[in-house]
Amino acid sequence: MTENLTTLLNFLPQLWEGVRVTIILTVVGSLGAVIIALALGLAMTSTHAWLRVPARIIVEFFRGTSLLVQLFWLFYVFPLLGVELDPMICGIGALALNYGAYSAEVVRSSITTVDKGQWEAAIALSLSPSRRMIRVIFPQAWALMIPSLATLLIQLLKGTAVVSFITLQDLTDKITQLRQSTNDTYFAFTVGLIIYFVIAWLIQEFMNFLERRATAALGRRRPNSRTDRREARRLARADAVRKDRSTSRAAADDGGGDGLGTGPESGPASGQGGRL
Amino acid sequence: MPLTEKTPATPATAGTPAIEFKDVEKSFGPTTVLKDLNFTVAPGERVTLIGPSGSGKTTILRLVMTLEDLTDGYIFVDGEPLTFEERDGKRVEMPKKRTREMTTRIGMVFQQFNLFPNMTVLENIIEAPVHVLGKSKAEASTEAKELLERVGLSEKADAHPTRLSGGQQQRVAIARALAMSPEILLLDEVTSALDPELVGDVLGVLRDIAETTDITMLLVTHEMQFARDVSHRVMMFDGGQVLEEGPPDQIFNNPSHERTKSFLSSVL
Ligand SMILES: Nc1ncnc2c1ncn2[C@@H]1O[C@H](COP(=O)(O)OP(=O)(O)OP(=O)(O)O)[C@@H](O)[C@H]1O
Ligand SMILES: [Mg+2]
Repeated sequence: MTENLTTLLNFLPQLWEGVRVTIILTVVGSLGAVIIALALGLAMTSTHAWLRVPARIIVEFFRGTSLLVQLFWLFYVFPLLGVELDPMICGIGALALNYGAYSAEVVRSSITTVDKGQWEAAIALSLSPSRRMIRVIFPQAWALMIPSLATLLIQLLKGTAVVSFITLQDLTDKITQLRQSTNDTYFAFTVGLIIYFVIAWLIQEFMNFLERRATAALGRRRPNSRTDRREARRLARADAVRKDRSTSRAAADDGGGDGLGTGPESGPASGQGGRL
Repeated sequence: MPLTEKTPATPATAGTPAIEFKDVEKSFGPTTVLKDLNFTVAPGERVTLIGPSGSGKTTILRLVMTLEDLTDGYIFVDGEPLTFEERDGKRVEMPKKRTREMTTRIGMVFQQFNLFPNMTVLENIIEAPVHVLGKSKAEASTEAKELLERVGLSEKADAHPTRLSGGQQQRVAIARALAMSPEILLLDEVTSALDPELVGDVLGVLRDIAETTDITMLLVTHEMQFARDVSHRVMMFDGGQVLEEGPPDQIFNNPSHERTKSFLSSVL
């Protein structure tokens, strides 16, 4: 075990190189995926068939073909057509397109889930179509789509492992090297699991933060507004009273009994799944 | 419930109508809801639509607000075509932008309030005045606060709609519609979703608007006393047609159709 740790220690700079590649692929790939998802998702909700139909076809195409084949296409077929792409660009491109297509469906269904009455109120106020979307519909859809997007972005992180097929030395690639130099399969892959888990956990935390912000903006909780601080004080007092009582009874606080106190915790389920 | 006599004087009916339905037809798929519907509403007139469920009252208001597509016929606002116009004997759709300009003259309050939950009360009210009418934020906010005062909610400017009671939300929705200074206000069963004890406040606000402004109102309500007090005219709908119409006194006390009688006895 100490030998393994020494090897790991010596290997750290290289391992970090791999982590860096994986993180770049994940972060830039995610950004690309979200941008593609927004563009295609919005297009799929359009009333114009010339926007909706092509978007739907693109989405189905990239959802229906494997990430690996898309990657090979960018890496091996594009050069045949005279376009040489950096492997990193290929990796990011394939991840963004593939997960962007999946996420586009999330964007579309979140937008259609927003109450029809919100559209109608926006029309009744004569808001232009773009303002309707930007100011009224999208902020509400955004809160709905974050949990499902979080799941997809974590899948994207896991999907980055395929880039080792196109010469990129990512985390998975480095873990394989570690295994060879330690000759300890168990050790190397456990290190791999832990690092992937930590990155996934960071993504989840970040998405939870975005979700809290988005639901707060929907008035479930708005940090720093005067009414909210008053509300918070009131809830804190009520809580203190409840705690006093429950300590004597040692009963678990099931919460949520307060009509107004719909905190972010009791809002739409954070984390996996969502309500799509 | 005895109805007191308090019919307001009807505005002059001469001149260009505020709203005109001309040969309007509306179908949802194979079901025709309105057919060959013709009527006008004079500027400043307050008209209540009554009629059995499914008779098309909501559909009429939604057509005026351009929330539904017109199957056939024309709707004019201040004599100008709203969604379709006749050009060289052909019925052509108006440009969307023009229709949207026309709708700035029309406000609507919904049964379910439909406030924007991602904005504060004040932001809800100033959104359209700032971004549609091009008012400055400062000007729009000042006016919004006056409107909130008027609906009795000046304390709630910075609150979020989700924190308000139904009655308060509906009064904000009324303020939001008024902030656009509409010539026409459409009210579709605006108290139906409210607890009974909250209805009074909302009707009070509407009475105040009816008494102090000359906004044309087209309303659907089950509050017959209210309808009687504020409206100049009552239109009884049945099967997508105006069955009979007249001043509230006449319709409520002395309806000429059997169907109006049985409808009224079912709601009064
Ligand atoms: N979107 C729609 N699709 C199909 N049918 C519809 C739609 N909207 C309304 N209808 C039908 O049109 C008819 C008129 O509906 P509308 O809502 O205008 O009636 P109403 O007079 O407002 O009734 P109520 O008193 O119940 O509100 C009904 O038969 C209804 O089923
Ligand atoms: Mg109705």
